[in-house]
Amino acid sequence: MSKFFKKLMPVLMALTLAAVIVVTGCNSTPTTITATATKTTSSTATVTATLTTNITSPSTIIATTPLPPTTVVTTLPPITQATSLTGSGATFPQPLYSQWFAEYATLTGVKINYNGVGSGAGITAITNGTVDFGASDALLTDAQLAAAQAAYGTLVTVPMTADAICIVYSLSGISSGQVKLTGDVLANIYLGTITKWNDPAIAALNPTLTLPNASITTIHRSDSSGTTNIYTNYLAKVSPTWVSTIGGAGFGTAVSWPTDAKGTGVGASGNAGVAGSVQSTPNSIGYVGLAYAIQNNLLYAQMKNAFGAYVSPSVASATMAANGFTLPNDMRIMVTNSADAGAYPITGFTWLLVYLNQNDQAKGKAIVNFLWWAIHTGQSDCPALNYVQLSSTAVLKAEVLVKSIKFQGVSLYSS
Amino acid sequence: MLKSNSRNVSGLGDFVFSRLTLICSLVLIAILVNILVILIIQALPAIKEFGAAFLGSTTWNPVNDQYGALPAIYGTLLSSFLALIVAVPISIGAAIFLTEIAPVWLSNIASFVIEMLAAIPSVIIGLWALFVLIPAVRDPIEKWLGNTLGALPFFQGNQLGFGFLAAGIVLALMIIPIITAMSRDVLRAVPQAQREAMLALGATRWETIRKAVLPYGRSGLVGAVLLGLGRAMGETMAVAMVIGNAYRITPSLFSTGTTVPSKIANEFGEASGIQLSSLLELALILFVITLLVNIIARLLVWRMTAVKTGKD
Amino acid sequence: MAHDGCKDWQRLIMYSSNLVARKWFNRFMLGLCALGAGLAIVFVCLMLGYILIQGVSFFNLDFLTHTAAPIGQTGGGMRNEIIGTLILVGLGSLIAVPLGMMTGIFLSEFANPLVASGVRFAADILAGVPSIVVGVFAYAIIVRPLHSYSAFSAGAALAIIMIPIVARTTEESMRLVPNSLREAALALGITRWRSVLSVVIPGAITGIATGIMLGVARIAGETAPLIFTAFGNSFGFDGLGKPIGALPLQIYRYAISPYKDWQQQAWAAAFLLSLLVLVISMAVRWLSRKRSS
Repeated sequence: MSKFFKKLMPVLMALTLAAVIVVTGCNSTPTTITATATKTTSSTATVTATLTTNITSPSTIIATTPLPPTTVVTTLPPITQATSLTGSGATFPQPLYSQWFAEYATLTGVKINYNGVGSGAGITAITNGTVDFGASDALLTDAQLAAAQAAYGTLVTVPMTADAICIVYSLSGISSGQVKLTGDVLANIYLGTITKWNDPAIAALNPTLTLPNASITTIHRSDSSGTTNIYTNYLAKVSPTWVSTIGGAGFGTAVSWPTDAKGTGVGASGNAGVAGSVQSTPNSIGYVGLAYAIQNNLLYAQMKNAFGAYVSPSVASATMAANGFTLPNDMRIMVTNSADAGAYPITGFTWLLVYLNQNDQAKGKAIVNFLWWAIHTGQSDCPALNYVQLSSTAVLKAEVLVKSIKFQGVSLYSS
Repeated sequence: MLKSNSRNVSGLGDFVFSRLTLICSLVLIAILVNILVILIIQALPAIKEFGAAFLGSTTWNPVNDQYGALPAIYGTLLSSFLALIVAVPISIGAAIFLTEIAPVWLSNIASFVIEMLAAIPSVIIGLWALFVLIPAVRDPIEKWLGNTLGALPFFQGNQLGFGFLAAGIVLALMIIPIITAMSRDVLRAVPQAQREAMLALGATRWETIRKAVLPYGRSGLVGAVLLGLGRAMGETMAVAMVIGNAYRITPSLFSTGTTVPSKIANEFGEASGIQLSSLLELALILFVITLLVNIIARLLVWRMTAVKTGKD
Repeated sequence: MAHDGCKDWQRLIMYSSNLVARKWFNRFMLGLCALGAGLAIVFVCLMLGYILIQGVSFFNLDFLTHTAAPIGQTGGGMRNEIIGTLILVGLGSLIAVPLGMMTGIFLSEFANPLVASGVRFAADILAGVPSIVVGVFAYAIIVRPLHSYSAFSAGAALAIIMIPIVARTTEESMRLVPNSLREAALALGITRWRSVLSVVIPGAITGIATGIMLGVARIAGETAPLIFTAFGNSFGFDGLGKPIGALPLQIYRYAISPYKDWQQQAWAAAFLLSLLVLVISMAVRWLSRKRSS
């Protein structure tokens, strides 16, 4: 009998190996990672139709829908909502979000886990369906929208808050007071054409400061970032040289930084990483959200806005910027380079990305409940953490977006 | 050796058990094969798109989807070789000391201490590097190097602290224990007769080592060094924290750069489409290079140190 | 051996009648070697010492008992991450130990030499795969299809790293068990599989335990495989199918942040993790010393 098995062994082994290879071949189809999942629902057509009628007729919404009472939702209906959610994306709003999630968990028991990995990774994660919601300060490009559409359908971008992006710096010899910068000078710093702190262009704007004769180390994001998107969007608006050097529209979540090639650029991961790098690298400059600048006691610059005034980043100046634009119904708008007198020019909204058609009712319910809480009660946390509260117009539009989130054709929102 | 086809394997229990162990081994092989297969399949779109130009191109631009591997490969090789330059003299010297010169008690304690270093997780070494090494590299080390050797292109440029020099030192710290331990085993395997013959001829201790021990153990020592190299090339966390993440090639050791593992760690979460495929092609290249280095290393070390067995 | 490839200056030194010069050169080179060893030891002590001292100064009860606080707020701790690491290590071991041991048994007891060298080769290659690649692999085959980051995927990634370690040490320790034991068992009429389980393995148990502990020490500190699989969880362990936090991952995130409080927690976590790993390594060392004496 053993002789028989001895002969059979090689055959068995070959068969097993073949089975292994076949199984691995079946598992590893390209669609596993580069997700082109096929989730078509027959109601997609009707849903998009409803969405269109709901969203793109502002007159019907504003005129016929009375202002909802500011119902503060503190107790939620008994439920079928999921008790845990995962989301990932932007680091820009993360201080606010982490406070929200902690509060929300104590309030309702729903545990929301969030990873700040950068807006780009958040968009990829929600497109791949590995998280329940994404977070981004960058609007999705057409290609990204198409990819999400092909994966799980339309993505709704619900605005959560807005904030200013501070130009932070660490200068030897200057421990307080603010450097004044214009968009043009800032662009030249990040283009690498202005290389030293005591360059005449910077000195001319800051006659009272003694700037050191040191090389400027420009800190930027190493990951795909919505903060970068807002920042470069501003630079593109104020500096044609920036646009022509970067190419394309001149802004994006990840650009090829000219100072990298010159050896004076450093990439850091996340808003926190940039703040930390500026903190520890002498004579450096970087861009971070207001919350991070204040939390880490970083010095930040006054920027000259489109009106011509030097404005310091603050909740007030950022609010003015955010409210100075006419908000579209889908809330997809960049609010940089505002021309209002008191507005801070480098400001941006940040959104949560949620699929219009949820395929898990419990999770969808939990998401909708949280979104509703966030755009109403959650907003009261904003000032203390240095974020902009959504204006009432913005809240109205956000409410419509939240109510449009459905499960099998039925809105998940219930008051 | 007791073979599975001997009369000792009989009955259902033995059959089931031996096949069970076979299946478990095949699982191990299946995992390895699966890793390779997935890397290849996912990298195919990028391979088709860029072909061999991928290896020579220096751009990495998600905006117009142009990717090239050269800076990442350069960074990996440069940081690993820097690590070797620092670590090999120290490790081989330490190994010689431990086997030839030190008394047994000292050798045991010293080996123990050096092996403790091997046990420290990479992220903790990265933490230490961030707060202790980078400031030290930025201020005394790079300043001094820039002042004295600044004429050479290797020591020019912004002294940020982050960069290849710091990465090289960190990697050196991580591979010293491996190279020392393996070299020590290799040198111990050199027959005592060789040493005694040399000493009988009137050679000094160092001449014995230089002429008899080292040449005998040469292949094993090279193997140990290659093992260290393989480890250095695959190292992710500590390097990602100190390398600075700039995608370019410059001769300067002060400059920031990228290595393949740190590029993957930084961008994998946000990549999709051809960018993801390019990242995985990078991973495949890394896999193949470390595979080759490890194979050569193992072959060289196996030749030197016999596998001890109780069976014959 | 004494006559291979000498250059002129070496020949001069070697055969010179100037014994004193040779002796001094000898001392110099041996001194350099001692310097090498000394440098290595000094580096280790300095670094380890710094980590332990810095870490212990921030290591307090808050760190052990509190959960993570929202960003920018102080007073958080790493309780969930400590538990998470223990769970992940347990999960990884649960998968890796049976698979690894069975592979080791196969290699030492049942395989014919050709197959054995093939499996051994594969184990060595798997041991050399960069851990980031293992993480990417686990993401591709578990996280993507299941649409969820999970403790299970993280445990599987860690298991993949641990299996070759356990397999090789199991094989090597079992080979050290003398054949006479196996033959005695067979002579008594015990079946092969029975004898492996009840005679050979107990004989090799110290070595096998060593291998398992080495594997545990290795995976307790691994970060790269966790980046794409574990996700982190500020609310603690929520089930194997949900995200989970772990110490190395948290150290990485906190270390690169600018918040002093977070950096201090990272040091405390580094202290804890280093301590764990060092204790395991020392236990391994002690066990194997006993074995060889």
